[in-house]
Amino acid sequence: MDFFDFNLPSYGWSTVLGSAISGVFLGSIYALVALGLTLIYGVLHIINFAHGALLMLAMYAVYFLWQAFGIDPYLAMLIVVPGGFVFGYLLQRGVIGKASHGRDEIILLVTLGISIIIENAALFFFSATERSVRVPYDLDGFDLGVTFVVYPELAALGGSLLITFLLWLFMIKTDTGKAIRAVAKERQGARLVGINVDHIFAVCFGIGVACVAAAASLLVPTYAVHPQIGYLFVLIAFTVVVLGGMGSFVGALVGGFLIGIFEQLGRLYLGESLGVITISFIFILVLLFRPSGLFGKPAG
Amino acid sequence: MNSRGQLLGLCVLMVILAIGPLLISSGRWIEFLELTLFVAVLGQGWNVLAGYGGQYSFGHAVFFGTGAYIQALLQFKFGWNPWVAMWFAMSGTTLIAAGIGYLSFRYGLRGSYFALITLAFAEAFHVLARSLDSITEGGRGVQLSLNQDPSQAIAEFQFNFAGPFLKTYGFYYTIFIILLITYLLTWLMSNSRFGAQLIAVRENEEAAMALGIDAFRVKMKAICLSAIITSSAGVYYVQKFLFIEPGIAYGPAKSVEALFAPIIGGLGTIVGPLLGSFFIHGVGEVAKEVIVYFVGDRPGVDLIFFGMILILVLAFLPRGLYGLLEMLWLRLRGKHNA
Repeated sequence: MDFFDFNLPSYGWSTVLGSAISGVFLGSIYALVALGLTLIYGVLHIINFAHGALLMLAMYAVYFLWQAFGIDPYLAMLIVVPGGFVFGYLLQRGVIGKASHGRDEIILLVTLGISIIIENAALFFFSATERSVRVPYDLDGFDLGVTFVVYPELAALGGSLLITFLLWLFMIKTDTGKAIRAVAKERQGARLVGINVDHIFAVCFGIGVACVAAAASLLVPTYAVHPQIGYLFVLIAFTVVVLGGMGSFVGALVGGFLIGIFEQLGRLYLGESLGVITISFIFILVLLFRPSGLFGKPAG
Repeated sequence: MNSRGQLLGLCVLMVILAIGPLLISSGRWIEFLELTLFVAVLGQGWNVLAGYGGQYSFGHAVFFGTGAYIQALLQFKFGWNPWVAMWFAMSGTTLIAAGIGYLSFRYGLRGSYFALITLAFAEAFHVLARSLDSITEGGRGVQLSLNQDPSQAIAEFQFNFAGPFLKTYGFYYTIFIILLITYLLTWLMSNSRFGAQLIAVRENEEAAMALGIDAFRVKMKAICLSAIITSSAGVYYVQKFLFIEPGIAYGPAKSVEALFAPIIGGLGTIVGPLLGSFFIHGVGEVAKEVIVYFVGDRPGVDLIFFGMILILVLAFLPRGLYGLLEMLWLRLRGKHNA
């Protein structure tokens, strides 16, 4: 049994640095997916299990816009982001809010049900075939010396920073943002001062889905689309959100980068297959020892 | 309905399940019943922890998969007899459950956080099963050798080459006996002091603790009982299919299957998981037939229906099919009395 006399390989600093940098780029993708999830959690206290399935659905939308009309994946954002908002708004108002009776476990199960329906509908209509978008610039990039960065990776990094900033601005500056924060803090109080809580919940869910749609546009140039891709991302997104602190945008960003770096280093030292265990490991440790995460407020 | 009523209903169902299959000789129907009872056992494992204890696990595959892997590996690596291996499979899984329960409950994880940590454990085991080639045979999975000697069918716990009766009914009665034992265990539990304490913890943990109930201990017992039941389904799976791999063992499908049946049938009731399993597989089969007839065979159809049924039941039947039947029964009786 060679597992028991197992030694960690040793690498030069440039390999480790290269791994860490590619981890930052990978992490920006995780952060993108996690942003919508953390927003939905922060306000509705819903752990949205359907988040991965919604990401997958948005990726299919981007793919088909490219395939049928030749729309560039990045331009497709102008269509899928508003589309995601409307879809999310209706999903919260029409299904989740109605079916869950306001109980946490039931909400979790309803979103699980939604994810099962979406995933299997995708399998039914689109089959398990992997589909990828070829853009002329997807392999162009620049050499950092220790690792090579392609432009789509850079776009994902820029996108995650920009979306975090926009979300923050929206929450601070706009009336809707203020109403969302009011509902997040004190549901009953917000209702008493005349805020339509059900509407705000749905708006919030809509923005969460719009974020995941933006993430989908940024992901499609580097990831092939298939019905199970959402599940791969959703577990990582949960880890990012819990590590960063549920409800914190900065936490999602920092958590995303950290998870990306840990995953790449895990792959470097433990091998491609076992390396991803670092994610489950971090998830379990954070849940046990610091469930409020790095930037969240301790649960009271 | 009181618990005597539930037991009576359970007995009637068990008698039907014991005799019914003898009247059917179609292999396809026996297969359907085997699958239904298997999911009913899996569901009861989840129901003990979630339905009675209020601890919603989203990674119950960890108990199914561990039971299945221990059962398979003890035979594959060390040539153990399956009848011996199964006790180690169930007790090994119970130890894992105690470990997971100790960490989760000691650190006070509840509700959504408990759901997330069970999911994380299932995923961690999934990765381990796939990566530790020297122990688990990695992604290829473990394939057990087929026993072709009819005289060894019972000794080897494999009925594929057994005599005509065992060949048809061997695995059906295996899962039926597992069902019978696990459902009786659940009934005994729900009527015991421990069952009452578990329900008290589900309803209000603080209030239960104020009454002197050791909530941690009660939840630990529940997760262990749940693991014993769920791992017995894993043992059955390995003997029936002689194969296990990481995706089947620890993938999300088994965790989801385990929670469908009890939620649809009726959470925290003894017959709930069985009712739910019959309902979803009945609907699943019909839906498949209809879709195959109209558009041809494609994957995913039954699960689309399961998802819809799950949401509809959560929205309109919080006590599941059992609650619905109970309501109809009471209404019927009310009319007779009046």
